[in-house]
Amino acid sequence: MKKQTKTEELAFEAAFAKLEEIVGKLETGDLPLDEALALFEQGQKLAAYCGTKLDEAELKVQKLAAGSERVEPFDLDEAR
Amino acid sequence: MRQMNLFSSPTPMTVGDLTRYIRQMFEVDYRLQDVWVEGEVSGVTRHASGHVYFTLKDAAAQIACVMWKTSTPTYGAFVVHGGQILAHGKVSVYETRGQYQLYVDRVQPRGMGDLHAQFEMLKAKLEAEGLFAPERKRPLPEFPHRIGVVTSPTGAVIRDICNVLARRWPLVEVLLASTQVQGEDAPPQIVAALDALYRRDDLDLIIVARGGGSLEDLWAFNDERVARKIVESPVPVVSGVGHETDFTIADFVADVRAPTPSAAAELVTPDRAELEAQLAALRTALASALTGDLRARRVALQSYARALLHLSPQVRLANFRQRVDDLTAQATGSVVHLLQLNRARLTGAAARLDALNPLAVLQRGYAVVRRDGQLVRSVAQVSSGSQLSVRVADGEFDVTANL
Repeated sequence: MKKQTKTEELAFEAAFAKLEEIVGKLETGDLPLDEALALFEQGQKLAAYCGTKLDEAELKVQKLAAGSERVEPFDLDEAR
Repeated sequence: MRQMNLFSSPTPMTVGDLTRYIRQMFEVDYRLQDVWVEGEVSGVTRHASGHVYFTLKDAAAQIACVMWKTSTPTYGAFVVHGGQILAHGKVSVYETRGQYQLYVDRVQPRGMGDLHAQFEMLKAKLEAEGLFAPERKRPLPEFPHRIGVVTSPTGAVIRDICNVLARRWPLVEVLLASTQVQGEDAPPQIVAALDALYRRDDLDLIIVARGGGSLEDLWAFNDERVARKIVESPVPVVSGVGHETDFTIADFVADVRAPTPSAAAELVTPDRAELEAQLAALRTALASALTGDLRARRVALQSYARALLHLSPQVRLANFRQRVDDLTAQATGSVVHLLQLNRARLTGAAARLDALNPLAVLQRGYAVVRRDGQLVRSVAQVSSGSQLSVRVADGEFDVTANL
């Protein structure tokens, strides 16, 4: 029952893990310069991506329709 | 003489015979073979063999009881210390210990507030089945994508949960499986809601939640059907039922028990603020890693440049240039020396030349004789009357030879 992340976009934690890996690689040094620059650029993009994900995320709430498998939007105001 | 009876027979019985006799006395009494007795349970020992030993007592007396393992799956859970029960069985004697006891084969819970007793009994029963075992507990995913929530669609609970999720981890999606959380219909509805969520394959975990209330209010979460359905869950289940002090059977079978619904939402999500801080730290580390890398390269570059300078032909050229200067100086020195040498030789030569000057000889009184311009070196060159010219130091005069 593991969720398959939407293929077109990287999951936050994957981007985050990748960013950590890139920083680690850069910190160890010994990379060719163009590779280091490319990694840095990629790292910047990932950091920006993660930041955006956190900034723009908005909790999505849905509910299972009674007696069916159908998923419908759920308005929290209903809960009042 | 008194009539001897059986017991005073001079032929004594063995203890075993006597005890067996006593046991038979119990067993022929039909009332003792089919008796219901009410009392409070204490001193419960669950033996590894599966049999349960305990004492049933009231204010006046107590009786040792045993329940064979054939009865424990159904009734063992009712035998809880402090519990008031109605026990059915037969009374007989355990010969080895010479102890009469009640062999319990059926039990009905009494008193103790029925709900408390039922709670304790179900708890003991499920625990005995190993459903609370720590090794059954699954870890929660670090970054959940989709969370199923089983609770009421109305009221504070779903709102509290969503508020916490929105604050901590808005990347998550919530799927509410709504249900009544109170009353007789609640347990089957909760079971149905869980089933509906189990049929999905996109959930990372499930929260089962209800707000605080009395023991009766929370009762649906002490229902055996609900407990067993939670046990079936393909993903980790987090319970958040009632207040911190409330424990329900659902809490015991869940993978993680949260003290409240909001706490459940906190437990299942990473903290956005913390991740943002980590992200900022990573950004800094990324920049300084590159800066550091570039600095290291620059330092290396400078040291190579210096090394290169040392190896440069310029240095050798400078050396050559100096050598040329040296040689030039040397050469100049040599020439001067040569000149001096030659000058000295010249002086010498001049002196020697001076010495050979015929005039100088003439000064010393010698004369040069010529005949017809020819130097006269021999008498043979001269005959009598030859006209000769004589050169002396300060002039010349002619003479006639006289042989």
